[in-house]
Amino acid sequence: MTRIAAVIIAAVLAVAGAADASDQRARGVALPAVKIEKGEACVAPTGEMRRDHMKLLLHQRDRTLRQGLREPRFSLKNCVDCHASRETGSVLGKDGFCSSCHEYAAVSLDCFECHTPLQQKRAAARP
Amino acid sequence: MNPDRRQFLGWGAAAAAGAAAVTTLAPGFRLIELAQARSPQEAASALQRWGLLIDITKCADCDACVTACHEENGVASLGRPETDAQWIRKVNLRDQRTGYAQTLPLMCQHCEHPPCVDVCPTGASFKRDDGIVLVDKHTCIGCRYCVMACPYGARSFVHEAVSGQKADVPRGKGTVESCTLCVHRVDRGESPACVEACNKDGGKAMLFGDLNDASAEIHGRLKSEPSSQIRADLALNTGVRYQGL
Amino acid sequence: MASVQYREIDGRSGAYRALLGALGALVLAGLGAAWSMEHQGHHITGMTNRIVWGTPHVFAVFLIVAASGALNVASVASVFGRELYQPLARLSGLLALTLLAGGLAVLVLDLGRPDRLIVAMTHYNFKSIFAWNIFLYTGFFAVVALYLWTMFERRMNRHTKPAGLVAFLWRLVLTTGTGSIFGFLVAREPYASALLAPLFIVMSFSFGLAVFVLVLMAACKWTGRALGDVVLNRLRNLLGVFVATVLYFVAVHHLTNLYIARQHDVERFFLWEGGIYTALFWLGQVLIGGIVPLALLFGTSSRRALAAAAACVILGGLAQVYVLIIGGQAYPQLMFPEKEVASSFFDGVVAAYAPSLPEVALGVGGVALALALTVVALKVLPFLPKSLADGDVGSAAA
Repeated sequence: MTRIAAVIIAAVLAVAGAADASDQRARGVALPAVKIEKGEACVAPTGEMRRDHMKLLLHQRDRTLRQGLREPRFSLKNCVDCHASRETGSVLGKDGFCSSCHEYAAVSLDCFECHTPLQQKRAAARP
Repeated sequence: MNPDRRQFLGWGAAAAAGAAAVTTLAPGFRLIELAQARSPQEAASALQRWGLLIDITKCADCDACVTACHEENGVASLGRPETDAQWIRKVNLRDQRTGYAQTLPLMCQHCEHPPCVDVCPTGASFKRDDGIVLVDKHTCIGCRYCVMACPYGARSFVHEAVSGQKADVPRGKGTVESCTLCVHRVDRGESPACVEACNKDGGKAMLFGDLNDASAEIHGRLKSEPSSQIRADLALNTGVRYQGL
Repeated sequence: MASVQYREIDGRSGAYRALLGALGALVLAGLGAAWSMEHQGHHITGMTNRIVWGTPHVFAVFLIVAASGALNVASVASVFGRELYQPLARLSGLLALTLLAGGLAVLVLDLGRPDRLIVAMTHYNFKSIFAWNIFLYTGFFAVVALYLWTMFERRMNRHTKPAGLVAFLWRLVLTTGTGSIFGFLVAREPYASALLAPLFIVMSFSFGLAVFVLVLMAACKWTGRALGDVVLNRLRNLLGVFVATVLYFVAVHHLTNLYIARQHDVERFFLWEGGIYTALFWLGQVLIGGIVPLALLFGTSSRRALAAAAACVILGGLAQVYVLIIGGQAYPQLMFPEKEVASSFFDGVVAAYAPSLPEVALGVGGVALALALTVVALKVLPFLPKSLADGDVGSAAA
């Protein structure tokens, strides 16, 4: 009896393991397209940016708005300028730097309800 | 030399270059005010109080200030005048008895004691240290109590989704907004778009400057010429002053 | 006085389910209206940059004001020791909670960013009467819940009086806060008056009692409970006094304004040439909300007349809040005395406003939510006495 149970559990685990393989997962939910378009390095190490970019943005947001401190380093405008897609000029859209990862992680992204998602040079060139 | 210092010098050079360009473009613009442009690492300070002086005897029958403001800030009309945002508007006055007609631009008066800031439940409506009254759209819940409280009808509620925002001027549905005195330009050491346009295409009626700075033209004129505030009875000490009203 | 016996209502009849279903449908319609307002923006409503508070706010303010007033019957019993009202106290507390819930739901769902409600709960500007009201409203729920607990739990009965006193004082402060939302608006001539706070308190007495009377009569009738004339006649006289008091405060407010030259134009607008607002003031607020109910309450003694009077008070009350909130905004702000004013922002003219379907649906949805919560609560907990016949409550009537 226990042997049968063990076989069943092993089988279930094997199937589950296969389903969890990255190619399988990519078919279910698209992996984020993290494509860096411009520049050698980000304003902070990748690990820190992945973990804390929202905290950095939040901190900078209040400094800029409330105190008028417009340091470019962690400003949203600076993020968009480097990370906007070369094709669309935007950080949103299907392969957008911000939107694809946020969609993958199922985290809502409220910044661009108000802020422009477009790179400035690109936006300026538009009629 | 550390990076911050290098960047500071870079910004200083850019501001100086901008100043040279602006002085040729806009005759009403004074270099002395540009010399006060803050570096990005320097917070807005209560030592300054930004303001406007509007001589309505020179205010022509044009709307250069309105067009420039809405262009600068990405405020587009959707053809629905009752719900479209208006950061600045031209108001036409006619005396009830004599028929004497006047016209003037009206926008947020950047009060020292702003009623909109007093009533805001979340503190989203706030006054920056240098006297500029702003809305923090991150904490605005869209209750519109500030619109009820403003004596000047200066605030608009964003009634529908916005697209095509300018990078320096975020705007979005469901929050309240108003004239920012072009705070993004002021922080660069420039004057607001309405003032620049008035001095270039309009009647040269508008002057921008630091009300606290004894060497500023606006300070000198307020010291030596008569001026008034709209609804002075409320004792709000507005940052926008009028002449000829 | 013999202890009162309370019973849940049966709530298994087809009529009960139909009532709950109808209220539920109205609540759903209100939610749908709120959803489309948030997704398409407020431009689909009748609200504009000149009339920023519209029909939802009329319903919300009416419900919030009525909520604090509905608690009055309980206060009369616990704080002022009138035992005749004791059996009605539980229903009074319940209506205070449900009406407030309905009103707040409307207010919150009308926000431009209702998804940021958490911001309103974590960021406070204590100079804002609005921020204070957030505490007053949530605190009211807690205080009234505690008060109800002292009524329900036999061991806690001895604490009913202090709990009732706290709830009574809290509701006075709460309605002062609601009135001051308008009273503190110094820049608008129709508001900016300390009189609005006490006016709102007497309005709450009147509206709250009218709602209470109608709910009580309907509940007793539909559940086959006896409801004696002694109770109803007391409520009838009380409502009459409250309606007259509201008229008095309204008269004082307008007479004061008529005396002040600066306010003459405001009074001309509301009392004479304000179009829909003048009509709503005289026909809705004064006639239907004041004179007709007084005639019905003091001129006749039938139950039908009492119910009709209560309904008139509610309709007149809605008209009064409409005139105050929407008329007060439609009247142009005075910026340039002695001048005719014109601009693209509709300065100097009476702002146009027409209630839109989503706004009405949201407001009615709030009323339906309040009633639905009441209907469910009556089934779940014993809020209603088994009988309110004269003999059962009469011992304390003298």
